[in-house]
Amino acid sequence: MTIDFSAVPLWAAILGSAFLLLGAGLSLIGTFGLVRLQTFYERIHAPTLGTSWGTAGMVMGSMIIFSAATGRPVLHHILIGIFVTVTTPITLMMLGRATLYRDRSEGNSSPLVKGDQALLQEQNSEGGAS
Amino acid sequence: MSALIIIITVWIAQSALALAMCLCVYRMVRGPRAQDRILALDALYVCGMLQLLAFGVRTGSTVYFEVSLLIGTLGFVSTVSLAKFLMRGEVIE
Repeated sequence: MTIDFSAVPLWAAILGSAFLLLGAGLSLIGTFGLVRLQTFYERIHAPTLGTSWGTAGMVMGSMIIFSAATGRPVLHHILIGIFVTVTTPITLMMLGRATLYRDRSEGNSSPLVKGDQALLQEQNSEGGAS
Repeated sequence: MSALIIIITVWIAQSALALAMCLCVYRMVRGPRAQDRILALDALYVCGMLQLLAFGVRTGSTVYFEVSLLIGTLGFVSTVSLAKFLMRGEVIE
């Protein structure tokens, strides 16, 4: 089933297009951060821009345009938004824990800041002494 | 007029998403370690999903919604299994 976009009112076209541009632009900024940032623990934050507001913007834009074009509310696109919002923290948490495990098993504790590192060494020396 | 606005916007959005996919591929090829590649693959899945959503708006067809949902599901499962493989060395214990 195809839809004729000339039936869309102008305000709905402008609003939906603004949301589409917002979503695509935020996804682009997120992947740009994926390339530019230095360590993995910084990089893991960057694509969440695309999975939160990037996906929400694209979904809301297509919902507005389809609803205005067909004349009835088209709400099933929101399933994508809900699904991505629910699953992204799970995947990134598992990936972050796996990376932390790999880093610790190799002996480089890069994710910790300096104060935490001193605290960790102190704890280790106390544990060794007792 | 509104059809023109929508077509031009979707063209720009698809170009931006294609550039984003290229950046993901760059990180996936270049990435120093395995977790960087997995993260880039996850971002590539999300960008492909949004690309298909924009393609559905451009063609005015509701078929691409199901494809997009399917890509989201597959991306979730593949990233979780790859992260589990990094953690344990095997997927199904």
